[in-house]
Amino acid sequence: MKNDVSEETENTPVVRNVQFEILRYNPDQDDEPYYQTYQVPCQEEWVILDAINYIKDNLDRSLSYRWSCHMAVCGSCGLMVNGEATLSCHSFVREMPDKIRIEPLSNFPVARDLIVDMDGFVENLASVKPYIIPAEERGLEDGWYNQSPAQLEKYQQYTQCINCMLCYSACPQVGLNEGFIGPAALALAHRYNQDSRDVGRSAREDVVSSNVGIWECSFVGACSEVCPKHVDPAAAIQQTKIAATADYFKRFLMPWVKPKKSSSLEPGDEK
Amino acid sequence: MKLDNGHYIRPLARYTWWTQQSSYIRYILREVSSLFIGFFSIVLVCGLYRLSQGEAEFNSWREALWSNGFALSIIVLFFAGYHSVSWFSVTPKAMPLTFSGKRVAPEIIIGAHWLLWLLSSAFVWLLFIYGGDL
Repeated sequence: MKNDVSEETENTPVVRNVQFEILRYNPDQDDEPYYQTYQVPCQEEWVILDAINYIKDNLDRSLSYRWSCHMAVCGSCGLMVNGEATLSCHSFVREMPDKIRIEPLSNFPVARDLIVDMDGFVENLASVKPYIIPAEERGLEDGWYNQSPAQLEKYQQYTQCINCMLCYSACPQVGLNEGFIGPAALALAHRYNQDSRDVGRSAREDVVSSNVGIWECSFVGACSEVCPKHVDPAAAIQQTKIAATADYFKRFLMPWVKPKKSSSLEPGDEK
Repeated sequence: MKLDNGHYIRPLARYTWWTQQSSYIRYILREVSSLFIGFFSIVLVCGLYRLSQGEAEFNSWREALWSNGFALSIIVLFFAGYHSVSWFSVTPKAMPLTFSGKRVAPEIIIGAHWLLWLLSSAFVWLLFIYGGDL
């Protein structure tokens, strides 16, 4: 990477003029959002976030947006780029047309310019009890849990979520159905349900298998397409649907079999 | 729609949202395909009913299907194909198979579905051609 930087300073960078249409909204002044256009001289290696930073530094200091790491790890710079939910640090300007439309993430309330309100999202995550609910309480003196590579494999993929919320913006069911707790929350629930240390599935079922949970999903699959970390929330949700259906028939056909429950934590307990 | 706290909600277009992205259009086509398959199932049930009435009635049903419903059958065939292929391609998501601790590649799961489809089609086709002689 260091070589790239030195080359860049030695040679004149290739510049392309790109027109950015950015959704602006100031809650103190505007009744509704509007588009503002900026001409940005983009360099070959720029991502969308670089162009937005250029606007902020050189053209319009009033533009508000979130970003932090610039390397697709922190998950704060998600935007709609030409209608598609994407991390703005993770998509190159050179792969885009000369006119780029930038909007805040869809299906979220817009707080200001490109910043959305994520309180509802955080509540959704919390609603699925996203922590290990063990079969029995275990102190530090009891040592660690043993877990085989195969047991790790079952849930590891779902731990990769960076809470960037792209899946919520890509999902039409999130936009159409108020209350749907959404792809990332359901993938997070699946992550703990699949963990061999956890027995909290029945405790999570109240929310996960309810009418605000998995059954709002119609398997559009867009969440998995936009996920920058390949978490594949669509897969998590379909597998949860299958498990919930199997549970239903098991309860129906074999009512004498009780589901696994934790002894220390009853369903409904908060930690 | 501006909320009391100043936040602005940009709602999804209730009836035209699916035209906004190619992945949504593919999804809607997949969902709509089931209507065509459902419709053709009813046509086939009608055929079975006519068969129960006798040979002449069944033949008149077949002729009616050939003369009036040919174009429609082609459309149904297209959607049936699209339905199968689009569902095959998402099965690995619902069916994460593991083999000796490792996850089976999605291509293998999809490929197995294609293979089963072709084999069962070939079986039905053979029954159709040689079944009468058995």
